[in-house]
Amino acid sequence: MGDSKLDLLQGTLDLMVLQTLSAMGEMHGYGIARRIEQVSGDEVLLNQGTIYASLVRLQHRGWISAEWGTSENNRKAKFYSITKRGLKQMAEDTVYWQRLSSVMGRVLAMGEREGE
Amino acid sequence: MKNSMRDSLQQGLQRFGSFFRKRPLDVDLDAEMRSHLELAVEENLKRGLSASEARRQALVQFGGVEQAKEQQRAARGMPWLDIALQDLRYSLRTMRRDYGFTLVAVAILALGIGANIAVFSVVDTILLRPLPFHNPQRLVWIAPPDANGLSASTYSADAYDDLLTMNRSFEDVTAYYAFSTSDNLKLTGSGEPTPLTGMGVLGNFFHVLGVEPELGRSFTKDETVKGGRAVVLLSHAYWERQFGGDRGVVGRSITLNGTPTTVIGVLPETFDFGAAFAPGSKVDVFEPTVLDDIRNEGNTLALIGRLKPGVTVAQSQAEATTLFPKFYWSKKFADSAGNYTARPMELKQYVSGKLRRSLITLWCAVGVILLIVCVNLSNLLLARAASRSKEFALRSALGAGRGRLVRQLLTESLVLAGMGAVLGLGLAYAITSYIAHQGSLALPLLNEVKVDGTALLWTVGISVGAAVLFGLLPGLKMSSGDLQEALKDTGQGMSAGKNHERLRSALVISEVALACVLLVGAGLLLRSFLRVLDVDLGFQPSNAAAIKMDYSDGGSTDKRNAIFEEAIRRVSAIPGVETAGISDNLPLERNRGWGGPSAKGKTYRKGEVPGAFVYIVSPGYVEAMGMRLHGRDFTWQDNMKGQSTVILNEKAAKFVSPGEDAVGKVVLIGNNEVHVIGVVADVHETNVEGVSGEQMYLPTTRDEWGPDGAEMVVRTKLPPAQLAGSVLRTLRELNPNQPAVEFRPIQGIVNRAVSPRRFFVMLVGAFAGLGLLLASLGIYGVISYSVTRRTQEIGIRMALGASAGRVQMGVISKTLKLAAIGIVVGIFASMLVANLISSLLFGTTPTDPITFVVMIVLLGAVAALAGYLPARRASRINPMVALRNS
Repeated sequence: MGDSKLDLLQGTLDLMVLQTLSAMGEMHGYGIARRIEQVSGDEVLLNQGTIYASLVRLQHRGWISAEWGTSENNRKAKFYSITKRGLKQMAEDTVYWQRLSSVMGRVLAMGEREGE
Repeated sequence: MKNSMRDSLQQGLQRFGSFFRKRPLDVDLDAEMRSHLELAVEENLKRGLSASEARRQALVQFGGVEQAKEQQRAARGMPWLDIALQDLRYSLRTMRRDYGFTLVAVAILALGIGANIAVFSVVDTILLRPLPFHNPQRLVWIAPPDANGLSASTYSADAYDDLLTMNRSFEDVTAYYAFSTSDNLKLTGSGEPTPLTGMGVLGNFFHVLGVEPELGRSFTKDETVKGGRAVVLLSHAYWERQFGGDRGVVGRSITLNGTPTTVIGVLPETFDFGAAFAPGSKVDVFEPTVLDDIRNEGNTLALIGRLKPGVTVAQSQAEATTLFPKFYWSKKFADSAGNYTARPMELKQYVSGKLRRSLITLWCAVGVILLIVCVNLSNLLLARAASRSKEFALRSALGAGRGRLVRQLLTESLVLAGMGAVLGLGLAYAITSYIAHQGSLALPLLNEVKVDGTALLWTVGISVGAAVLFGLLPGLKMSSGDLQEALKDTGQGMSAGKNHERLRSALVISEVALACVLLVGAGLLLRSFLRVLDVDLGFQPSNAAAIKMDYSDGGSTDKRNAIFEEAIRRVSAIPGVETAGISDNLPLERNRGWGGPSAKGKTYRKGEVPGAFVYIVSPGYVEAMGMRLHGRDFTWQDNMKGQSTVILNEKAAKFVSPGEDAVGKVVLIGNNEVHVIGVVADVHETNVEGVSGEQMYLPTTRDEWGPDGAEMVVRTKLPPAQLAGSVLRTLRELNPNQPAVEFRPIQGIVNRAVSPRRFFVMLVGAFAGLGLLLASLGIYGVISYSVTRRTQEIGIRMALGASAGRVQMGVISKTLKLAAIGIVVGIFASMLVANLISSLLFGTTPTDPITFVVMIVLLGAVAALAGYLPARRASRINPMVALRNS
């Protein structure tokens, strides 16, 4: 029960990370986490630490790659960038999510109409 | 779809890789998280927060650091492997703590597994593995059905020619000269003359077997015809021993029996003629046998055929049945004994088929040992279960599921079995290398026995099997009990304990039953072996020894007589020597038969006159061998006066003159009239266990049957070894070419003949002993544990007036009850098993009452002893101490 909820969240987070990297280019973990928080208008209360499980998963699948480098303010940090395969995967997942959310939207809208 | 498969495969590989780089990956993660926090703190500082607030908020935003790390590790790692490793570490810790138990368990397992690997290696080499030839399943041994002894299973050169030209089943047929004797050659030209063994083979021998020389080449056509160049192929072992593995030896000329001979090649190490065809003997060189040279010698060739592709052994048998009687050879000698039939069989079957039953018995016996080992360990683990129940209850309370607990226990079993297997491998390695170097064991292929890849696989298989077998029962038992109850339990006298004890008793009963089967089986085999040793061989092997004389029948009969007479006279004069005599052939060694004697004036149907084993002997031989003689021995004057004489064995004497004394009778051998001067006891000519056939002793003084070898047999008052030097010196004085050959005790020849049986009896006996020991340990363990558990109860009973003797009797009777049930079950099982091995028995029956009684009494006595020690301890319990301790 608890597991399926987590899975859904994980999948969501993975796609958010891919989207962030594809839009912003090379970024470190902190940057990705902050960016997602900002874009979501701080609606998603993300434990920033959670992002590292997602990052290692994406790396294992070969969708993102990582490299140690120096940040804009001269700190050592690990930088992630999306790979070709990651881009392809993101496109597929995006289509899936859009379909799912439109279906969800329609189903939920039906409920609202009935309630009126 | 394809994409996702690749992705998950890649992910799996990455995870697998990560598993082995845990530490560097953790360091990397730490650094990354540190940098994350630094970046966050920096941003917070920019937003104008105080240093401590910036840090606090960064940590809040991040969430739990440890939690994040754990998530990341879970995402990259392999959780089940982690758990297995955790179990493993835990197991090792437990074992270290409980090292006494671990030591005993590993030692028992090492014995059980080691014995199993060793026996498997022997079985694999002799039975399972194909012969070390090319396409060996198409090689067949061609011999008459029921061939008993060498010359009964060999054919003439003419028969070989006929078979080769007339058959349709065989791609090719080859043969070796079955009467090549050991040390029949002498190498001269470099220091002392050294004896070596040459084997005569047809030119196509190695080609048919599919064996390529490692160096040089095989025989050519012009080397296998009359008057061809003298050439030899060296065996790998002889090449290394005599020529130090010199690759330049090919083409070199050496002097063999005075003839310059060219070495044309060296055979590969994997080819061991003796191992396959003449167990327990070694062949140094191979010489081409020229068919025309042996055409008049009778049946001397051991035939081996290679089946054409697609032809079955059965088809070749059918053909042989109709083909062999048509041969020229059988027409030519229609009235005398000869081999007119053949029943080809797979070569593998010929080489090791006879051993199949013995080996399978051995394999089963050692399997039973492993079973007993497992039962014992189950018991030990169950005993420990009681003391560990609290630990398990605690773990269960902390959230470990039943699966996890069973898995933990199985891991422990696997670790024990693994350690046992490693030690067992060492043990098996030692045993097999010992066995492989037992040159005196007449078992085929034995020198090739080793622990190889197949044996390693077998080891893994039986170790895992054993671990599951002995680990599962205690595992299930331990994890199933009411674990909460165990937390409260004081560990004594609870129902779970009773339950365990019943199970432990059942295990002990089965252990006793298994040991009983082993003991009875070993007892029957041992009794058979003793019967074999008791067999009247027809001669006295003790205090006699044989030495091979350098002699080749080149000169006249008179010259030969003079040499033999002088040699025997001089050797007999050595202090300590009683008598000496010469034969060209010793019993249980080389065996040769001719057409046997028949009564004069009687007509026989074709084939009715049996062939006889022939020994060509000098005066004194019969006495030197310690044979019973009725009538008289040969003298040096026999046959000089034109009268032929012969000594027959009892069986031949009975054939030529049934119901009457044969001594003084004239018999026919072929067309010759011969006087029977003596009758001797039947000698076991081919093996100790078989029945003797007709035998005749012809004098060396008769020219037409001159010997082509000479074994001098010496009967001594002293141990033969003490006389070896002086006998050899004496022979040297007479003939400087006499090579330094060994003095062979006749007893040694007998021992070699019974060595396969001795080998099996020794092993099965050792297993039975091991089984007995393990079963008694099992009984001791169970009774001892039950006494410990009942200390308090016994204390109360003694406080209430029970005497020490009564307590002791109570414990012993419990022991005997367990043993008795086990023995009853064991007796029934033993009777079944005894029937299965009845074909291995000799001179005893599967229900031999003496064996059953002796073994059962032995088992009962050992069981009683195993129970007595705890009983004595029980009777010494001090009631006050026992009660206070509760």
